[in-house]
Amino acid sequence: MTKVSTNMAPGPSEGRKSSGQFSTFAVADLVFGVDVLHVQEVLRVQPMTAVPQAPDVVEGLINLRGQIVTAIDMRRRLRLPARTGDKPPMNVVVRTLDGAVSLLVDEIGDVLHLDESAYERPPENLGGVARELIRGVYKLKDRLLLVLDEERTADLAVGRPAQ
Amino acid sequence: MCRYCEGTHECFCSNGDAKCDTKGLGRIMGSVCQEDLETIREFLVESHENLSHLDQSLVELERRPKDAALLGSIFRTFHTIKGACGFLAFSTLERITHHAESLLCQLRDGQRELDPVLGSLIFETVDASRTILASIEANGNEGDLLFEDLTERMRAAAESKTVEPKLASGAQIQAEVPKPVEVPKPVEVPKPVVDPPAAQAPPEPFDPKQAELEDRRAEERRKDERPRASVAEEEESSRSSAAADANIRVGVLLLDKLMDLVGELVLTRNQILQFNAEREDAVLNATSQRLNLITSELQEGVMKTRMQPIGVVWNNLPRVVRDMAVSLGKQIQIKMDGADTELDRTIIEAIKDPLIHLVRNSCDHGIELPGIRIAAGKPAQGTMTLRAYHEGGQVTIEVGDDGAGIDLTRVKQKAVERGLLRQDQADRLSDREVTGLIFLPGFSTAQTVTNLSGRGVGMDVVKSHIEKIGGNVDLCNRPGEGTTVKIRIPLTLAIIPGLVITSGNERFVIPQVSLLELIHLDEDISKRHIEYVHGAPVYRRRGSLLPIIYLNQVLGLESADPADGADLVVLQADDREFGLVVDNINDTQEIVVKPLGKQLKGLTLYAGATIMGDGRVALILDVLGIGQRSGVLGEVHEQTRPTEARNLGIHSQTQSLLLFRAGSFERVAVPLSLVARIEEFPQSAVEHAGNGRVVQYRSRILPLLSLESVLEPDAVVRGESSDPIQVVVFNDGDHSVGMVVNELLDVAEEVINVRQRSSRHGLLGSAVVGNLVTDFLDVSAVLDASREKGYCSAEAGAHEKSILIADPSLFSRGMTRSGLDMAGYAVVEAANLEEVILRLEQQPVDLVIAARDLPPDGCSALLSVMRRRSGWEKIPVLATADSVEELHAFNGGGASVQGCHVKSDRIGILGSVLQLISSAEGSGHATVVVGEKG
Repeated sequence: MTKVSTNMAPGPSEGRKSSGQFSTFAVADLVFGVDVLHVQEVLRVQPMTAVPQAPDVVEGLINLRGQIVTAIDMRRRLRLPARTGDKPPMNVVVRTLDGAVSLLVDEIGDVLHLDESAYERPPENLGGVARELIRGVYKLKDRLLLVLDEERTADLAVGRPAQ
Repeated sequence: MCRYCEGTHECFCSNGDAKCDTKGLGRIMGSVCQEDLETIREFLVESHENLSHLDQSLVELERRPKDAALLGSIFRTFHTIKGACGFLAFSTLERITHHAESLLCQLRDGQRELDPVLGSLIFETVDASRTILASIEANGNEGDLLFEDLTERMRAAAESKTVEPKLASGAQIQAEVPKPVEVPKPVEVPKPVVDPPAAQAPPEPFDPKQAELEDRRAEERRKDERPRASVAEEEESSRSSAAADANIRVGVLLLDKLMDLVGELVLTRNQILQFNAEREDAVLNATSQRLNLITSELQEGVMKTRMQPIGVVWNNLPRVVRDMAVSLGKQIQIKMDGADTELDRTIIEAIKDPLIHLVRNSCDHGIELPGIRIAAGKPAQGTMTLRAYHEGGQVTIEVGDDGAGIDLTRVKQKAVERGLLRQDQADRLSDREVTGLIFLPGFSTAQTVTNLSGRGVGMDVVKSHIEKIGGNVDLCNRPGEGTTVKIRIPLTLAIIPGLVITSGNERFVIPQVSLLELIHLDEDISKRHIEYVHGAPVYRRRGSLLPIIYLNQVLGLESADPADGADLVVLQADDREFGLVVDNINDTQEIVVKPLGKQLKGLTLYAGATIMGDGRVALILDVLGIGQRSGVLGEVHEQTRPTEARNLGIHSQTQSLLLFRAGSFERVAVPLSLVARIEEFPQSAVEHAGNGRVVQYRSRILPLLSLESVLEPDAVVRGESSDPIQVVVFNDGDHSVGMVVNELLDVAEEVINVRQRSSRHGLLGSAVVGNLVTDFLDVSAVLDASREKGYCSAEAGAHEKSILIADPSLFSRGMTRSGLDMAGYAVVEAANLEEVILRLEQQPVDLVIAARDLPPDGCSALLSVMRRRSGWEKIPVLATADSVEELHAFNGGGASVQGCHVKSDRIGILGSVLQLISSAEGSGHATVVVGEKG
């Protein structure tokens, strides 16, 4: 499954300040990480206001202490099957250049300190929308941590099927 | 040079002079010199403001060169800059402004006249000053440009006045320069854009007599004006320093922060208010009321600090237009309307560049050269119109010109050439879509497009700039007549009153500005008065049809149970009205508009979002977007006269007009409602009776009139050449009169605002109908004319009788009134019950004609009031209804009126009026019941 790429040039956070620490969360059976510097906060389920006629990945709007934040459902964003069971999703509020965005995920993980040497670019055979949104992969002991590009995730034009 | 250390580096002053060798002192002064930097910063801010004022004033001065006050203010501005420069040791700037000052001094003292060359020289000074200021701002010094050439020319210009008072600025002093049209010798100019065109500028026609006169006047002025000017100057300076004391400069960031905090405060206040409403605690109640008041005031105050009139941006535009006009050899005037329209300062900043771009575009491509304009029958001087106004919670800015417009065929051709479209696609495009091509990025950058007769260059940049702040751009093209670009900027970062509604179990907010009225729809669907025109739902509102849309359908929400009852919110957007059916109307609230994230920017349905009292988010509906999406607003159209239409303040309704051509009048209109019939008669049927022409018509004699005989009674009436003749028949009670017209043109639906009253007998005035100026015929004059000829007479007994028409619709009142007026009754009008009572108290009437739906509670409420008041109980009342159905419904109600008519049944109304009034006279009391006509 892993085709080792030797090209390590672009780092895990490409140009933006990196702390080497990642806030992790799970969406379906995938584990994602976002640099802690870009994570504003993690919240339990919030009252959500639906936005009729909005793109379907937009779950709604939440009030974050007076700031209105768009919530994006990560399962729909990644074209994964819908959430089952009655466990409510969690909000990972990330800072993007265009303001805060909340990512709805299944479960929150730990903050991990990761070493650059474990980083690799996404495998060549990664396709579809994931290719656009995943910046790279950290090889953890028992699994792989996917580094999410929060800017591209928040930009709904990225990964939209061609019309 | 630093005034504290006198030029040492040791005080850390950035303006220090290295040659200065003062020791020790400077260190102590270090802190003071920080102040010096502050002074420079203030100087920069102030000078930038002053310079932008100068631009505007100078353009104004070119128009009114004799305006002493204006000259004085320009002079003082230069003087202020010069003074500060001396203080701060900016010698180049000081030198330049000094020379400008001396030139202006001469102008002010009447020693010379302002001409374009001199004007350009002063403009150049302004530009040079700006360059220096920019350099000071960036590097802390004046830069390397010394502008020696400019100062030299200015000195020369200043000295040359001693030779010849009207002499234009010459590069050299030439004693024998014969005329002021002489162009200065070509010199190197730092800003070629401004100067060479100025030199080519057509000189003002030189009239020796005029010049002599001017000289003499100037001489006189010189004698007595100097002392006065200096007094005025002192007064002015003392006033301006007082103004400076009353103002302080505050950083915009601080204001932004304050605004955010106030927004939070408003939300918290809303939460407290809601909390308070749920319990009964007197102390909490009083405190929250107080909190409410203070918050509102604070909010208002902070909002005001951030608002700036759009005039701030417009100030430079006259200068831009002037420079463009001079360099292109065009004549362009600029008109501004709504310069005091206030906008949030962030928006002001953002629209600055796009506006300048649009104005330049209009000058360059829109307005034609004077020769072409004259050939096209337009005045040589082109007009650019800037207009700003608030509309539907947005600010609309229009940039219009009366130039050539956009040649759509050329645009299409270009699009095809550039491979943006295939020919067959281009052929299928609507005009509007073609206009839209101009906004395509690929379209505008190409060099080839500049020679288009229309716009093109950089329109995509304008569009993207405006869209960045959430606005939109629209272009209205009138080939041959000009172009108008309409920019709409949404409300962002503002606190507005809004109406909270529910639809499909979701809450939404409608900005109050778009709101016209609320109508509760009956719970019984069959009684909702919603009808369908080919599937499109409409609501009958006071006799006119209002297109309606269902919010839950637009938003794709589940509809609530229709039996729950619903409300109709009547909205206005883009000058048109429509109804929005919602499930429930909750209340009105002050809301803080928060922008939506970029993920939702593409949705035109929402203007933003807000946080409600319970902490949840609610979406703010974009009325315009919703209207357009559901098709009730259709294509965006140009709003031609927003201010006038609003100033009228009268509820105007559209009216059907019959347009025709008669005699020498190319386009005459008369309300279709006043026309009884349109007939054709063969010439052979026209007979002569008495002193006029008549035809036999429906076994009666119909007198014929021509329009000329009404409008110009003395003119010789020519015979009609056409056969058969076309006749418009007007009815006046029992009498009819036919007016002969040459040609029937059209029937138009228009809201009529008579633009220009006519003093001419027989014409009400003129207005624009279907883009053409149209004369409005005064039908009563036509009927009067027929009376003069002895064809009919006013009803007997009508004189000295007064009638009150109570009807909420201005149009219906007018219609009913016209028949009564003509019959000789004195008519007063009232729009609602309150007005009726007021009128009746002022003056008793002989009869009341009341509309069935008289606000607030209908005709029966009026009756009950009248029947209870002594003196009024015997006044007969005639009821009117919009339609026969309504009439029947009303009759069923069994109200005790003396008669009932459909509003359009003028003859019936007249008959009943006559009957009621005469019988009241005969019998001594007025309770006469007349059989209903309908």
